Formats: sequence, structure tokens, C-alpha cells
Amino acid sequence: MRVDVEGLSVEIAGARLVEDIGLRAGSGQVVGLVGPNGSGKSTLLRCVYRALRPAAGRVLLDGDDLHALGAREGARRLAALPQESSSEFDFTVAEVVAMGRLPHRGAAGRVTAEDTGVCAAALEQVGAAHLAGRGFLTLSGGEKQRVLIARALAQQPQVLVLDEPTNHLDIAQQLEVLALVRGSGLTVLAALHDLNLAATHCDELYVIAGGRIVASGPPHAVLTAGLLAEVFGVRAHRVPHPASGAPQLLFDRLP
Amino acid sequence: MATDFPAVSRPATGPAPGAPGPSGRSPSRRLPLPPLLAGLSVALLLSLLCCTALGASGAGWGGALRYLWAGLSGGTIGPDELSAYTIIWELRFPRALLAAVVGAGLSALGVGAQAMVRNALADPFTLGISSGAAVGANAVLLFGAFGSLGVWALSSAAFCSALVAMVLVYAAARTPHGLTPLRLVLTGSAMYYGFSAVTTLMVFSADRGEAGRSAMMWLLGSLGGATWSSVPIAAAVVLAGIGYLLWSARSLNALAMGDETAAALGVDAERLRKGLFLVTAAVTGAVVAVSGAIGFVGLMVPHVTRMLVGADHRRVLAVAPLLGAVLLLWVDLVSRLLLAPVELPVGVITALIGVPCFVLLMRRRGYVFGGA
Repeated sequence: MRVDVEGLSVEIAGARLVEDIGLRAGSGQVVGLVGPNGSGKSTLLRCVYRALRPAAGRVLLDGDDLHALGAREGARRLAALPQESSSEFDFTVAEVVAMGRLPHRGAAGRVTAEDTGVCAAALEQVGAAHLAGRGFLTLSGGEKQRVLIARALAQQPQVLVLDEPTNHLDIAQQLEVLALVRGSGLTVLAALHDLNLAATHCDELYVIAGGRIVASGPPHAVLTAGLLAEVFGVRAHRVPHPASGAPQLLFDRLP
Repeated sequence: MATDFPAVSRPATGPAPGAPGPSGRSPSRRLPLPPLLAGLSVALLLSLLCCTALGASGAGWGGALRYLWAGLSGGTIGPDELSAYTIIWELRFPRALLAAVVGAGLSALGVGAQAMVRNALADPFTLGISSGAAVGANAVLLFGAFGSLGVWALSSAAFCSALVAMVLVYAAARTPHGLTPLRLVLTGSAMYYGFSAVTTLMVFSADRGEAGRSAMMWLLGSLGGATWSSVPIAAAVVLAGIGYLLWSARSLNALAMGDETAAALGVDAERLRKGLFLVTAAVTGAVVAVSGAIGFVGLMVPHVTRMLVGADHRRVLAVAPLLGAVLLLWVDLVSRLLLAPVELPVGVITALIGVPCFVLLMRRRGYVFGGA
């Protein structure tokens, strides 16, 4: 499923947080969103998974306006991992994953055998079937993230939106989560902090600064020394990844 | 649908299957629902009977059951039995029914409020809504406000003032950056004292010789005023409220994970919260109008329920009202009998039982409270 964001602007309490954003993710592509803190990455993504309403502009899924679709219909096509997704209450892993069936069944709907099967398959896909009976709050950061991906997969979406999915994870967990996401075959839109991870895992990158898109394209074309100096305020040296050849960055402070 | 994912090899991280978690907790225990619901229903019926039969009526078990049957089936009794019959049928049975209704309502309210503000310390009492509702109910009793609404006057006034109290608490807790659950609970607790003061002021300014007692009843709760006329309204509103919450149970699960997650799952958090807001005010109003501001039930029963059946709101909302009903029946019985013939406010007993229970439960291993 193709995602098009057209002329998107968001205002909160009179302040314009993102301005006239346009981006496109082709079906099955992994598109990364990078930019310094406070540049508007999360705000943009919140609009895409409907936690915010844009002041102007549209989000199109294969040409259908997302905000004109019903909330549940939208959630059947597009799933998300927001940055904060935790609860004071001790849900089990199975219960957290079962929440992914909400858009298919409604609040008062009965749980069907199909729901149970979809949830079990989703847990299996992320390699977390053995966690089903555990309390979600007792899991490690990496386990939590895998379970939340399983919840998103249980929505049977065609688009997956991730807001910094590798935050607070160790390096093995970071690589694992991104491999899971890439392997899902879904159209993915992800805000990423780590530019080297973004370079190796994304087909396309959009660089956002001050609420506007300042560059876009394949990682090797986007992540230039000049752009990194301008947007992130660092001096970057590019070297090819010895195994994959993907551009990797080494950083210094600007002189 | 693109659900054809490649299988993922076993992850290199994370514990082996079946290994205990990092904190050493075993998988959460969950009681099976059908036997639990059946058991609680039987306990509820038996508790209703006990609370009707026990006490100084002189009727005994046999007499109590006979009068109850006479009342239910429209049968006849002898003229010499009238005073005992009146005690059983006109006072105790409606009081027992009301205790069950109030207990169920308070427990369901606690579950709803805790999901609504995403905080384990929330209930209508700690959020200041109960004491707010008491202000409205008092206005009706003392000054005859809302007189044109007849039997609904008390509940309507309590509903309106509960709504006003909620809006006040929300407005006071609000910051430009939004609303944190902790601020809400702190503001609510502060408001509780304010509303209680207003109630006390009203009661004493319209002193009819029983002011201290009457204030105590409103602030700590009592079921002593139960009559047949007070049962149907409270029961109807409480049942409708529980129905609404059960109907929204899966959305409450999503809401408990945060507004953004709720949005991503297709739940309109703002609309759901507005619904919860109104239902909480309505049920709190109906309950407070007949029983005053009873604390601890709404706070404690949801936690006990979660320990029994887990956090899924479909299960919690099925069990909590039954548990709350049984609890309040016995609490009311104790409040009647402990210092008989003097009757204690219900809130005294709920606090006496509630506080130590609560501390014990919180400290017990295996129950995750507030994510700690």
C-alpha cells in the first residue's frame, strides 16, 4: 500500500510544528525520517497514525484520505508503535497483542477463533510466542518492542508507522527490531535517531528540520557531509560499510 | 492483506522459553471466569439474605425468610407480626439491595476512572467527585433546589454537581502542556476537602438539631436512609453505567495503554473520555444521592479484581461490580451491628478494612502497582 503525505501542516496551541510536509512511501518500501530533536518527526508521525489532526494537508493510503476514513477502518490499514506505549496496569503479553484485533471487532465484539489465530501467528512471527503468558510490565525493552510489533501485526495492516522504535534498546535488540520490521513486507514509515541504522535499513530517507523537509532520496544521496553539517551541526565522514557497502558515518564536532 | 511474513529465527536476546522474567515473577495467575462469576453470584444472594435477616428485629431467620417471601409474593401475615415485617421488608431488604447497588456502582466507577485518567489511585472519591456530588444532594435536601424534578431531584442535583466538580478538578489540574494523572489525583484530593467543607457548612447552617450526624453521613457515607423509593433510580443508573463500561471494555484496554496507542488502534480517545466523564458523573450522582460519599470501595475493589483476573477490562468489569456488591453488603452489616444500637458511618468500616488491605496488597510480590 502506497502512502502519500501532501502539504501537511500541524498547529498546536497556535504554534506551527510542521509546515507543508510532502512525502511518499511506495508499497513495501521502508522510509526513514531523520532529523534533530524537536524537528517535528513525532508530530508528523502522530498525524499519520491519527493521534493528531492536521491543520492542513492530507495523508493518503493508496489514494484514500486517511482522516476521512473511519477510525477503525484506518486502523485496519495502518498500525503504529507510538513512542510511549505502556500502562500502569499489568496486562499479559497475550492481552496486549489481542488489542490489535480491536479495529476488526469493535469494542463490544466477541473474540473469534480467527482473532486467536492471528494473535498467535503475530507473536510467532516476532519470535515471542514463549512470552504470551508473561506480564507485559515484566519484559525487557527489546521484548516489549517485539510484543508491540506483534500487536501491530495483529491489526493485519498494510502500513506500519514507528516512532523511534530502537530507543532504549541495546545494539543487538536494535538490529533485531529493524530486521523484523524490514522482514514484515509492509510499507514502513519510521522515525529513526541513529543515522547509521537509518542508512543501512531504509530504502528512502526524508530529512526534517524546523518542521520542514529539507532533503530526501536514497540514503547515499541524502546523507552528505554538507547536509549533516547544516542540519545536525556536526562534521561527518562517510565510509562504506565493509560488508554491505552502505554509507556509514563517523562524527566530529564542527570546528 | 500483506500478512505473509517470513518466519523469524529465534532471537539471540531474551530469556529462554519458560525461564522466569528479569524480576523473577512467574506468569500472572488468572482465575477462570465462569466459576468465579457463579461463585460471586451465589455469594451475593446469600449476603443479601444475611443482611436482611441479621440484626435486632426479633424475627430470626425463619421469620425473616417468611416476611421476605410474603413481601416478594404479596402473601399475608398476621397483624401482630406487622412491626417485625416492616423492619424486614420496608427497612432491611431495600437497604440490603441498595448496599449491593452502591457497592457495584462504586466498584465499576473505580475501574472506569482508573482507565480514564490512567492512574491506579483514581476513583470518584480521590478525584473529589463524590464529595462534589454530596454538595448538590445537600442543596436539594436543605433548600429544596430542583424541586420540580420530583423523585429525580436528588439524583439530578447530585449528577449536576458531580459534573461541575469533575470540570473544576480537570480545569484546575490542567496545564498548557496537558494533563498528568498525578496532578489530577492531587487536585482531586485537595478539592475533596473543599467540597466536604461546603457540605459541612450547608448542614450546620440549616441545623435541625442533627447537623453533626447528618454531615457525618454525607462525608463518610451511610445506607441508613434506604427506602423502596430510593432503590429503583440508583439501580437503573448503576446498571446502565456498568453496561456502558462493559460495552467499552476493549476500548478501555486501549486507552489504558495511552492516547496515542488508542488512536493507532482506531479508538477515539477524546470521545471515549467524554463518555466516561458523563457516565462517571451520572453514576456517582445516583450513588452519592442515596448513600453519601463512601470511600475506598471504588479504589480497592478494582485492584483486588485485577489481582484475581488480570487487567483485561472485559474480565475486570464483569467481576468488580459483583465483588463490590458483596463487600458493601457485609460492610454495611458490620456498621449496623458493631456498636448496635448505634450505627456507624459506612466509610469508617471501609477505611478500617481498606487501609490495611491496601497496604498489604501493594507490598505483596507479584502484583505490579503503578508499573513499579
